[in-house]
This record gives sequence, C-alpha cells and structure tokens, in this order.
Amino acid sequence: MRRKPLRPLAHIIAARQDGKNPDFIEAKERSERNQLLQQKTRVRAENRLLALGLIFIIGFSAVGGKMAMLASSSANEVRQYNTGSKIINQRANIVDRNGNILATNMSTQALYAQPPLMINPKKAADDLLRIFPDLNQERVVRNFTSGKRKFVWVKKSVSPEQQQQVHDLGEPGLLFGNREIRLYPNGKLAAHILGGTRFGEEGVKAAEIVGVGGVEKYFDDMLRDPALEGKPLELSIDLTAQAATRQVLKDGMRYMNAKGASAILMDVHTGEIISLVSLPDFDPNNRPREAVSGDPSDNPLFNRAAQGLYELGSTFKIFTAATSLEKGLANPKTIIDTTPFRWNKKNYNDYRDYGLTNSVEDVIMKSSNTGTIRMALAAGSAAQKKTLKDLGFFKSLPIELVEASRSKPLIPKNWSDSSTITISYGHGISATPMHLASAYSIIANGGFKVLPTLKKQIPTNAKKEQVISTKTSEQLTSMLRRVVSENDGTATMGNVYGYQVAGKTGTADKIKPSGGYYKDKVMTTFASIFPASNPKYTLIVTLDEPEIEVLGKRKRTAGFTAVPVAAEIISRVAPILNLRPIATNDAMEYTSISSQ
Amino acid sequence: MKILLYMVCSLLVMTMAYWAYTENYTTQASIQRVEELHRLVAEEKEAISILNAEWAYLNRPERLANLADLNFIKLKLVPLAAQHFSELEIIPMPPRRSLVVSSPVLVSSDRGKQFP
Repeated sequence: MRRKPLRPLAHIIAARQDGKNPDFIEAKERSERNQLLQQKTRVRAENRLLALGLIFIIGFSAVGGKMAMLASSSANEVRQYNTGSKIINQRANIVDRNGNILATNMSTQALYAQPPLMINPKKAADDLLRIFPDLNQERVVRNFTSGKRKFVWVKKSVSPEQQQQVHDLGEPGLLFGNREIRLYPNGKLAAHILGGTRFGEEGVKAAEIVGVGGVEKYFDDMLRDPALEGKPLELSIDLTAQAATRQVLKDGMRYMNAKGASAILMDVHTGEIISLVSLPDFDPNNRPREAVSGDPSDNPLFNRAAQGLYELGSTFKIFTAATSLEKGLANPKTIIDTTPFRWNKKNYNDYRDYGLTNSVEDVIMKSSNTGTIRMALAAGSAAQKKTLKDLGFFKSLPIELVEASRSKPLIPKNWSDSSTITISYGHGISATPMHLASAYSIIANGGFKVLPTLKKQIPTNAKKEQVISTKTSEQLTSMLRRVVSENDGTATMGNVYGYQVAGKTGTADKIKPSGGYYKDKVMTTFASIFPASNPKYTLIVTLDEPEIEVLGKRKRTAGFTAVPVAAEIISRVAPILNLRPIATNDAMEYTSISSQ
Repeated sequence: MKILLYMVCSLLVMTMAYWAYTENYTTQASIQRVEELHRLVAEEKEAISILNAEWAYLNRPERLANLADLNFIKLKLVPLAAQHFSELEIIPMPPRRSLVVSSPVLVSSDRGKQFP
C-alpha cells in the first residue's frame, strides 16, 4: 500500500503561491487519516462482538435445548432392546455329549390365596381340598378363616388341568403366580450326576431355582449366569450308554442279590465320564430328603461311585506290580515265592494253593496275596506310597460333583510294614470307585496323569504329566489282559467277543461298624480296561453284598458276580460308543443286510 | 412483503409440526409392533422349549426300549452288539430311484395366524 504523504508537494506549492498557510493542508490530511483508522477499528470490534455473541447463542441454545429435551421426555421413551434376553430360561439346560436334554425348565403356575379377597373362605378351602387331596386340611381351613393371614401359599406348582379346576371355582381370592420348574425328562437315569434342585428365594411372580446336589449344585452359578444367555451345560455323559449301563447294572444287581451297585465308564485319555450309575437311585424330579439317621450309604441319594469309600481289595495288586516294574525289581516273567507268608505272628494265605512259585504275571492272573505281599515288601513302603500318590489315592478327586469333594481316601496315619502288606492287596486303604477308575485309566493310557471330569472336553494336545513309563503301562495292560483271557485267570467270564477286555477282580470283606470284618458280606469289584491292544475306556463295576448260587454252591467272589455284569455292560456299551470289534483269529460273523 | 414472509413461515411451522407428529406416532406404532413381536418370539421360544422337553421325555431311552420290546414282532429291534458291525463291501448299492413329492407339504410354525 502506498501511503498518502501528509504534505503533498503540489498542494504546498499551490498554497504558498496563494499565500495560504501550508500547515492547514497537513492538519487536514492528518485528520482524514485518523478518521479512516477509527472506522477500521470500529468495524473490527463490531465483528468480534458479533462472533462472540454468536458463540454464546450457540452454547446457550445447546444447553437449553438439551434441558428442554430432558424436561419434556418421559422415562419410558428410553428403550433398550436386547433380543431374546428377557425370554431366556432362568436356568440353563444341561445336555449330554450329543446334545440330548438331561435337564430343562418348564413353566407352571403356583397357587396362592389372599383370604381378605375371598367371598366364602370355608367353601374355598373345601373345594381346594377336593382338587388337591394331598393338602393338609386343618392348616388350609385355619389359614383361610382365621382372618389374620393376608397371603397364603397353597401349592408350589399346579398342572394346567388343576389350574382350570381352580378357575372354575370362581373364587377371587385364589390367584396364580408364574413359576419355572426344573424338569428331568429321563427320570432316574442320571440321578446322581444331576443331583436336583429346589426353590430358593420366592416371590409372587417368580421363584429362584437353586441346585442342591450333583452338577446342579457344582455349576449353580454358571447355570444361573444371565451373561451366558442360556448356553447349555454340556456334560461328558452319553445318554444311550448311560441308559444301557444302568439297565444292565440294575438287572445284574437283582440277579446277584446285591443291595447296591455302581458302575463308572471313563475315557482313559481325556478322563471324561461316559456313564456313571449308582444304585439304588432316585428321581431328581422328586428328590427325597437327606437321611438324618441310619447309615447314609443306604440312602438312595448316596453316590456309591464317587462318594462311597471302600476297601477295593485285589484290584490294588496291579499297583503293587506297577511299583515293582517301575523300580526295575521285576519284569512280568520274574519268579515270585508264593508259599504261605508269616509276619508278626499272623499268617497270610492265598484263596487256593497256587504252588510254590509263580511269575509276576501269574501272581496277578491268579490273584495271589502271598506273591503280592512279597513284591510289596521288596519294593518298600516308600515306593508303594509314591505309586499310590501318583495314581491319585491321597486326595479327593476334583470331579464336578459336590458330594465327591468330601470323599478323601482313608489312608493309614502310620504307614508301617504291616500297612504295606495289607495295602499291597487292597486292604487297610479306602477309596472311591472313581479313584480306582482314574488309576486304571493312567495304567491304560500309557502312564499319563488323568483326572475324571463330567464336562465335555475339547481335544487338546496339551502335554500331560507322565507318572508311569509307557513300557510299564503296556506290560501292566497285557498282564491285566491275561486275567481275563487265560483259563486260570480270575475273570474268565469277562471275555467279551471282539473287545479284548483286560482287568482285575477284587473281593473285599466288608468292615463291621463295630470293628473287624464280616465273614459273609463282601464288596466285589471288577476294574477293567478295553480294548487291551489300544485302550480307550475304563469300566469299574462294584456290587455290594452280592451272593449267587452256582452249581449248588454259594459264590460271593468278584469273578462270579461283578465280572459277568461288567462283561454284559461292555458288550452292550462298546458298540453304542462306536467301538468296532477287533477281528480275532475266529471267523467274524456278519449280519448281512442283503439276505433279509 | 413482510406479510408474505410471515405466512410462509407459519405454513412451514404447521407442515413441520404435522411431520413431527406423524413421525412420533409411526415411531410409537413401530415400538408397539416390536414389543408385540418380542412377545410372540417369547411365546414361540417358550413353546419350543416345552416341545424340546416333551421330545426329550418321549425319547427317553427307557420308553424307547419298552416300545422296541412291545413291537418286537414287527420291528425285530435288538440291542446293538459287536456282531452288527460289518464291512462296507457287504452293503449292496441302493437302487436308483428319484424322490417324487406328489402332494404339497405344509411347513409352518405360526399355527396359521399372521403377525399383526
């Protein structure tokens, strides 16, 4: 910009010529310049004011608008939709490994009464007793007519037919509230696994369902967690295998005149429990009360498989053999002295005389006590303890049943040499059949630590802890196979066509509550693994006080009681689990479809 | 000129008010419809869960075994055994036959009623 001069020369000269004062020109020019500057400043200030005003207007109108919106909106206009969340069942379903429902919910109605609303309380009470004969007449009449009660529960769940009958009474004081009840469609089938439920906190409109036993209690928080949106709990159980196991065990228990029985079928690699049966059982839809008196093991609620601590007898002999083999003291062919054994003025004999010496595999096959004792003493109590500890006999199992957590094996406090002797053949130590199942699974799967679980497992390649060498595991399995396959074995009845059953029998005298052992009451066990060439499953069958007449003689040993039942279970369950029979030298018989 | 401006403005306000009210009511109607649909979905889900429970109850192994026993003469069903496994070569190829659907099949879960 070119500045205009304050004293332009042309004007000054002109003014001088006219005789005027040139200073006036300068003053004029200066005032013009100041005027211009003033104008410019003013415009700028005005613009600033305008902009500031605008900012204030926008700010205030934003705040004011928000306030107006908040003031004019009603609460229910804010809506949040979460598709399906309000319709999800309160408690998640429980399904088996193939998705079959084991536990679900059903909505019913609960009946309650408000006596002040009643027109004729006496008649209402009488009518109700006609519909529900199981109600306590005296209490209903008293509650309805006393005038003190404003609210009375009448029935926790009623069927639609009963609800209609109550509606037909036309009594305004009888009202219904929604209820969800837990339903076990398979009844007694998996009673001890599922446990059962009861109502917890109760309101008029809804009631909480809480687990009281089995997985229902163990997974209570998870089943009730709304964040999981009703995702079902997948168990490792196979419904069909469970049904077959229970059926065979039930028939076997009756046939063997036993007062109780249990069976555990377990995957040797994953530890998944495929079926778990304890008899007698109960209907979880109508769970009986806990026994307050008498022997708890006589109550149907008692889980013999996971809760009952028993001396498991000769099934422990294989652990003694495992100790010897692991310590390198023996191999399956090593000869062991099997003459009668005397220790601390006590005699130890075999069931029959098996001769002066036997090899280790024959000691197991014939179930010789004296041979086992000598092997255990040679290995020492420290080695015996280590093997049993590695196999999990010192702790309660982490299986997902609340009852099992209380069953810690009973082991001697002072592990003397006489303890070593009795424990070598399974006496003087009490464990649950579940402990036995997991120990036999370790023997069968190549010696890897495995813990039983009721939750369906996702196959992983995670490295497992090895507690027995693979070689020992293979030797032990073939020793167990001989117990079943050889004619001199104790479990010859357990040979199932095509499934190469291997196992060990155990017959233990029951302990008297007053001390000592019963002479005529035994607990028989058959611990088996199959197929021996590539073990997949462990099956433990126990029978409580079995007795059977064979050729005019009373038999109580496992070979005549638990073994045939276990064999029948294997022959029924193995095909269900899609286990192809292994072709032997015998000709395979096929059922041809084309011929029919 | 001013009067015209006022008229245009008030007309604009009226149109906007009308539009706003219409939107409001359509929204409320939609919300009601959504609620109704949610209720129906809940009903259907409840029905499904009851039917699932019933299906599980009717298919309980105990009942199926009893039915198989009762109808043994007709069905000749026996428990699966090792002898029932066979080799693939033994199974004959199925005869070639095309599936003909001669009558229409109704597949519906709304029990014949339409949504409102």
